[in-house]
Amino acid sequence: MTGPASASGARLAVLLVGLGLVVALVAIGALFLGSARVPPGDVLAVLTGRVKGVDQVVVLSLRLPRILAALLAGGALAVAGAGFQALTRNPLAEPSVLGVSSGAAFGVIVAQVFGLGTGLVEAVGIAACAFAGALVAGAAVYVIASRGGGLPVHTLLLAGVIVGIFFSSAITVLISVLDFDRLGGVVHWLLGNLGPIAPASLAVFAALTAVGLWLVVGQARPLNLLALGEESAQQLGVDAERLKRRVFAGAALLTSAVVAFVGPIGFVGLIVPQVLRMLLGPDNRLVIPAAVLGGGAFLLLADTLARNVVAPAELSVGVITAFCGAPFFVYLLRSRAPQAGL
Amino acid sequence: MTAPLVECERVGFAYASGAAGAFAIRDLSFEVKAGETFGVIGPNASGKTTLVRLLSKVVEPSSGRIRLDGADVARLSRADVARQVAVVPQDVPRGFPHTVEELVLMGRYPRAPRRFFESPEDRAAARRAMEAADVLALRETLLDRLSGGERQRVMLARALAQEPRLLVLDEPTAHLDLRYQAECAGLLRRLGREAGLTIVLVSHDLGFAAELCDRLLLMAEGAAVRVGPPESVIDEAVLESAYGCRVLVDKHPISRRPTIHLVYPTG
Repeated sequence: MTGPASASGARLAVLLVGLGLVVALVAIGALFLGSARVPPGDVLAVLTGRVKGVDQVVVLSLRLPRILAALLAGGALAVAGAGFQALTRNPLAEPSVLGVSSGAAFGVIVAQVFGLGTGLVEAVGIAACAFAGALVAGAAVYVIASRGGGLPVHTLLLAGVIVGIFFSSAITVLISVLDFDRLGGVVHWLLGNLGPIAPASLAVFAALTAVGLWLVVGQARPLNLLALGEESAQQLGVDAERLKRRVFAGAALLTSAVVAFVGPIGFVGLIVPQVLRMLLGPDNRLVIPAAVLGGGAFLLLADTLARNVVAPAELSVGVITAFCGAPFFVYLLRSRAPQAGL
Repeated sequence: MTAPLVECERVGFAYASGAAGAFAIRDLSFEVKAGETFGVIGPNASGKTTLVRLLSKVVEPSSGRIRLDGADVARLSRADVARQVAVVPQDVPRGFPHTVEELVLMGRYPRAPRRFFESPEDRAAARRAMEAADVLALRETLLDRLSGGERQRVMLARALAQEPRLLVLDEPTAHLDLRYQAECAGLLRRLGREAGLTIVLVSHDLGFAAELCDRLLLMAEGAAVRVGPPESVIDEAVLESAYGCRVLVDKHPISRRPTIHLVYPTG
């Protein structure tokens, strides 16, 4: 067969099984590595329920939830990025670049100002505030950037930067005015930090991510048509307005879930879909489902590095993704943006 | 007497903010019979492209009604319309890293919008469409590697993959040299006669439209100036008033269809 084989269920299945193995390998690695030295034999013993005590707390209550959170957050961010890229027909679009993450972060801070802490109801409340912030930021970027029915590449990026700066400043104001003591913790969260996560929060996070994935992943085929232009997609039977609303809501929900429970981690939504497109071609029916697992594996790897590089201290995972993402962004801006296509 | 496939009934449409390259329609009425090749001609800004958008439900009439096989288009879903009406657009998307086959397969979307991957039947239909448009040999080629004539045929193949009843072509010869114009004409004739497709051909090229079409609609400033067989529409006085310039009408030496010569102003 010449050229990349066209998308089919069989090809997607092979791809997902392959990526599933990668995820499993990285997850096993992450379970055995950490600043608390738990010997590999003890990790296995904990997993089979034969050991209790400190080791059990480290493996089951610290490492395992963190691994799950990383997989969820990475998958959510990568799919959100792929969704925003398909909507804007711009390979540089991404939750943090578009200012959507900052909007969601502002929502989270507002929720905390109102005293929402941890617990099931509070987790839902914080996520709702994050979602509202993400929607406001996304809508603002769209209004600022749209020109005669189109979204020019550079206008879109500028609008994203402007909205991002606005919400970041608003966050700084809120923190400074209202609760100076919590500043340290919030700054850590703002950098993106996969800290300990309560089971209730993890459950809400998983549920919201599932809804967001359902909204975006199923639309991969019409998103392919949208890449040809809105009029062309409509002529092929796509209800473009409905599609855009649905994918925007899904991508904003995924972004806000991550921001609410993990923090605004940048660049995952940029790097992962782009690398997958280089490997798989432009078909969203392969790229978007693959981004669920690929994003998870990437963020888990980044977090495992963040936990271990300067152990027993910890880097924020957002620092690692930014170190990877910033040069990648420059590369894409230089090489791809002039074409204004995908 | 063949029933009309398309009925436009006193259709009016105006863009809210004057979108570029598209113009208003006023009180436009005409019918396209099933199986006929129907040409739409007229000067720039006469509303031809807007008519394409109306027929494919990209925009909807602000007054009047468009019927497709008796059904009001306003009541049909986009996918319903796309199963019956396929558009070959004037511009082919660029900077788009898909292969010819992938693009043609997109034409199968309205047949089963809920399906995630194309079925074997979809692939067979896309293959037939590529054969009919003579692009089967190019199916693994990336779109950016195609010549102008090839792109046009690929877009036609995508439209044929929709298995429509009505094929709408927006300026099919705009970027084509003589050889491709001849090929395009031959292809459209085959599709009209052999496949029984109803064709709406929007064109600046009056000679091309007169040669291929059973009837013509001449539009000016969004309204119908005249509808009828090419001989009645391609008329010196009618064209002069619509286009505002002098022309001579002649007969093609072989087909005996009307041909147009522009009278160039001197000095």
